[in-house]
Amino acid sequence: AFFWLVSLLLSSLVWFIAVKASDPRDERLQKGLLIFGVMFSVLLQEVFRFLYYKLLRKAIEGLVALSEDGCSPISIQQMAYGPGGSRGGMSGAFSMINLLADALGPGTVGIHGDSQLYFLTSAFMTMVLIFLHTFWGILFFHGCEHRRWWEITAVVVMHLAVSGSTFCNPLYVGSLVPSYLLMATAAAWAYLLSGGSAQNLRRFLLCK
Amino acid sequence: MITFMNNSDSEEEPCNERTSLMSAESPPVPSYQDGLQASEAGEAQGHRRRTGSSRSPNNIADGEVSDSAVPVRERALENEEEELTLKYGAKHVIMLFVPVTLCMIVVVATIKSVRFYTEKNGQLIYTPFSEDTPSVGQRLLNSVLNTIIMISVIVVMTVFLVVLYKYRCYKFIHGWLILSSLMLLFLFTYIYLGEVLKTYNVAMDYPTLFLVIWNFGAVGMICIHWKGPLQLQQAYLIMISALMALVFIKYLPEWSAWVILGAISIYDLMAVLCPKGPLRMLVETAQERNEPIFPALIYSSAMMWTVAMAKSDTAARGPSQQTWDAAEDGRENHRTTSHADSQMSETRSPVPTRPITSFEELEEEERGVKLGLGDFIFYSVLVGKAAATASGDWNTTLACFVAILIGLCLTLLLLAVFKKALPALPISITFGLVFYFSTDNLVRPFMDTLASHQLYI
Repeated sequence: AFFWLVSLLLSSLVWFIAVKASDPRDERLQKGLLIFGVMFSVLLQEVFRFLYYKLLRKAIEGLVALSEDGCSPISIQQMAYGPGGSRGGMSGAFSMINLLADALGPGTVGIHGDSQLYFLTSAFMTMVLIFLHTFWGILFFHGCEHRRWWEITAVVVMHLAVSGSTFCNPLYVGSLVPSYLLMATAAAWAYLLSGGSAQNLRRFLLCK
Repeated sequence: MITFMNNSDSEEEPCNERTSLMSAESPPVPSYQDGLQASEAGEAQGHRRRTGSSRSPNNIADGEVSDSAVPVRERALENEEEELTLKYGAKHVIMLFVPVTLCMIVVVATIKSVRFYTEKNGQLIYTPFSEDTPSVGQRLLNSVLNTIIMISVIVVMTVFLVVLYKYRCYKFIHGWLILSSLMLLFLFTYIYLGEVLKTYNVAMDYPTLFLVIWNFGAVGMICIHWKGPLQLQQAYLIMISALMALVFIKYLPEWSAWVILGAISIYDLMAVLCPKGPLRMLVETAQERNEPIFPALIYSSAMMWTVAMAKSDTAARGPSQQTWDAAEDGRENHRTTSHADSQMSETRSPVPTRPITSFEELEEEERGVKLGLGDFIFYSVLVGKAAATASGDWNTTLACFVAILIGLCLTLLLLAVFKKALPALPISITFGLVFYFSTDNLVRPFMDTLASHQLYI
């Protein structure tokens, strides 16, 4: 979560400078800058995820060196879960909390011609993002562990795609549907990577 | 065995305009858990053994280096210790997170809901310069002057306290602390309750109010200064820190508050680490006398399971520096009961089955992590101010909160590495300040624009 915050900080710093340095009246330029800001932020987040992975790796090495039987008490997969989840939580909280606070107050949604489904879609989008961050964490760490660069690039590309799809808002079909599809894909992939399989799933569902 | 030493800053009792009674609370006093542990336990041997291993389990570099250097037998021993340390260390970190979080939640919730604490209604006498000046330069100057006055008051009080401690004027300190905790528990609670009731428009008659406050205050005094269940003590300490933080948030003008926060962390750093710093002298004196240092100003997360509960050494104490009661008890008791302790702890301690001696078990039980109450207060002041003044933005509050917790983690790590008294304020407050200012000015416009277009990153 902290690392996510730091990446957010740096990316907003960059955006802020860019905005201040540019003409505030030019609508298209602002939009373009915003898009640039978003992309940059996504890339920075992934960079920080990588840095965090490195840090965790070192921590695990330390733990392994210390432990008596050469096994680390926590596996890197478990470790991936934690930060991924907290990162997702943090980004979700940041996205939603002001909205929620405002939702408590008086007002009508979409009174100025914006979509009336604003709150609903925001909620779904945030949920999707939280899940995605968790799955990406697992995928990313797995890719780093086994040195499969394509996994890592897939995560980055997915992240960019999801953020990019939100540019279609308020045409919600364009953003929510692909995001959910991507999430399903990521979920399945992460599940398989974590050792699950169709059999496990069936057994679990049938409560064997 | 992550012991924590923090500079517990003063429970500066401000003289607000409602009362001309000035009961000065104790100035910043660090609670040096290390010293505390060493002196209390009498399991000094175990302690020395641990301090012998100078590695921190979390410090990777150390781990890698010492792997090759240390002989196998020692290494096995150290490994076991380190693993123990790590395991309990992590647990202790969590044990500190919870109260700090709780305190901050209380403060933020109050700030956001009760208008009273964000209204400007005068200032403390410690910060006489007003900030309602026309020019920025003048305002800055005033806030710096305010800070200087406040910090010097704190320094004077700390030195006074150290002098008193050195000359064993325990009764005086005792009385001082009781007075200040009385005021906190009764007066400030009364004001707080009044404001909360006003906000929610709940009617309460005076007899009920009197009953409630009397019970709250009396139980608090007993819990804090005498004996009581650990959780109740912890709860009282959290509430008191929150009340104190609220008072600070209300009565410190804005810029002064930020400058004071920065200055306090610098002072903390110096007072604890410099050889002639008052706090360091305090630790050393206490260590010489083999006494626990001011357990009263410390929040402790674990307790020694002895027959006499609420022993001075590890039990959480009240905000006042009244430890002399405790210290005297401690000194008398801990020699005689240390055997009883080890037996008690074996039977009662919830320590999991590990192949360690009872000594170590006792140590683990005792070595709850400790954090000075002043630290609680200043963390909450930071987060509360962020909640109050950051244009009503929750993101800033959240960011400061995470920053402070991470700072706390780092400090605990450093404590494990250095194994001596460390100030808790600097790292967390620095992170908190950095994050506050940057989030408020940089991240907020970004996030607002993103939210208005419903873009997600």
